[in-house]
Amino acid sequence: MAETQEQPKVEMIPIYIMGKKYIVPEELTIMKAMEHVGYQFIRGCGCRMGVCGACGTVFRKPGDYKIQVGLACQTVAEADMYLTQLPFFPANRATWELEELEGTAEEVHAAYPEIFRCVGCNACTKVCPSEVQTMDYIALIKRGDMEGAAEHSFECIQCGLCTSRCMGELPQYHIAQMVRRLYGSKLVPPAKHNQDQCTFVENGDYKAMMDELENMDKDTWVELYKERQWEPGSEGEDWRPDSDKGLLGYDG
Amino acid sequence: MGISYYPGCTLKLKAKNLEDSAMAAAAALDAEMQELPRWNCCGAVFSLADDNLLMHVAPVRDLIRVKEQGNDKVVTLCSMCYNTLARANNLVREDEEKRDTINRFMDEEPDYTGDVEVVHFLTWLRDDVGWDKVKAAVKKPLDGLKVAPYYGCTLTRPYDVAIDDQPENPAIMREFIEALGAECVEYTEQQTCCGSYQVLASPETALHDANKILGSAQGAGADVLALSCPLCEYNVGAQQRKLQENDPESPKVPTLYFTQLLAIALGLDEDALNLDLNQDAARELLKNKNYMAVSP
Repeated sequence: MAETQEQPKVEMIPIYIMGKKYIVPEELTIMKAMEHVGYQFIRGCGCRMGVCGACGTVFRKPGDYKIQVGLACQTVAEADMYLTQLPFFPANRATWELEELEGTAEEVHAAYPEIFRCVGCNACTKVCPSEVQTMDYIALIKRGDMEGAAEHSFECIQCGLCTSRCMGELPQYHIAQMVRRLYGSKLVPPAKHNQDQCTFVENGDYKAMMDELENMDKDTWVELYKERQWEPGSEGEDWRPDSDKGLLGYDG
Repeated sequence: MGISYYPGCTLKLKAKNLEDSAMAAAAALDAEMQELPRWNCCGAVFSLADDNLLMHVAPVRDLIRVKEQGNDKVVTLCSMCYNTLARANNLVREDEEKRDTINRFMDEEPDYTGDVEVVHFLTWLRDDVGWDKVKAAVKKPLDGLKVAPYYGCTLTRPYDVAIDDQPENPAIMREFIEALGAECVEYTEQQTCCGSYQVLASPETALHDANKILGSAQGAGADVLALSCPLCEYNVGAQQRKLQENDPESPKVPTLYFTQLLAIALGLDEDALNLDLNQDAARELLKNKNYMAVSP
């Protein structure tokens, strides 16, 4: 009999997906465990890196009353967990025109009057996989603190689990997104370097350089590309390239 | 250990003038108010539903924030916030079973037993600062100003949260007004409800109440009504325009928050008052009375 190669030993664990028991290899993420037993994700799966918020999952462990949440692509499956995917939850999303608004909290209140249905139960915060203090930012919006709400909701990945748990039926993540868009476009002063660059483009200051590139033969272009100087990853903000050519408005 | 300050949502928006004048006055009295770094809406109204504890979670959570800040006392300005926080605190302190349920529900917070003291700014002035110190700090006595104290409902009702030992005939506003060198105008409707949220459900009821209160104060010769509540300010202040539209003979009395009167008497400048949020009549009054320089 031919000698068999020794396989690394993999422990198998039971998990319950929508109430049905499956045996899966341990150390898989919930998403990979589900794919292992035959699920195919057409929706409810995006970046697989814990950023896009598409794969919200709710689960409970035996003997624990706490509802727990995670992103299926980031959370490792554990023995005897009961889970289901909640990749989408219907949420009221107001329509508003950025150009017509000034960036006041009252505009947010008008677009989402249900914000005043919040009773402060904090269920939203408890299920946030990004550990955002959701109820706190809702409180900040209610009292008109746009900057505070924008900062506090910054880590939101729009998974919508907060909304799934809200007894006041608030779409917290849509409300916070409106706040951040208003804050970023209306309340924060425009960055000077960005404005400067727009002016250079409008004034045609880059035109000669672009013309030079466009009229270059391919070999020279390839050579230039290969020889271009890279900014070393370890350098700080004071690093300067050997040549200032092409650096407009760069006053160091 | 310091004193926490709970502003309430309205004091960050429509009633910023109540907060600004109070904080400027507290600073002028060398007192440090530590605004809670984290707080949520108190709910504005103390829920009377006996078996629905959820409405008490928000105010109790705010009291937990006071403990988190390392303090045992919290000062509030808005009459509604004061009433809601103080009553929720009493509920937790006195009803062990409900306290236990609320604590179990808020399993992400430390247990709370009701051991924070909730005080209104007026109480703090009387008991912690003292009228003598207030009097000594007054730089511009409000000589000749006839101030009508307006308590409304929530500063003195129910009795267990009243800011005065005599809830049916309170003295605290009179003591305050007299400490500023002004004359306190006594009138019959100083504790009559302004109509409160009836302004939404039954606007005519609220207007009727405002008319009665203002008529009583004007009849007693008041120059100005001293308030402690943004909702009272709306009903008896902002709504005077509506009263005039309905009947030009309706009573007219300028309104100021009591903290604005304090800031004036302490010699602070107009910036401390944030008068843009007041009715025009308040600015007119201050221009005529000449206690401070007021921009047109």
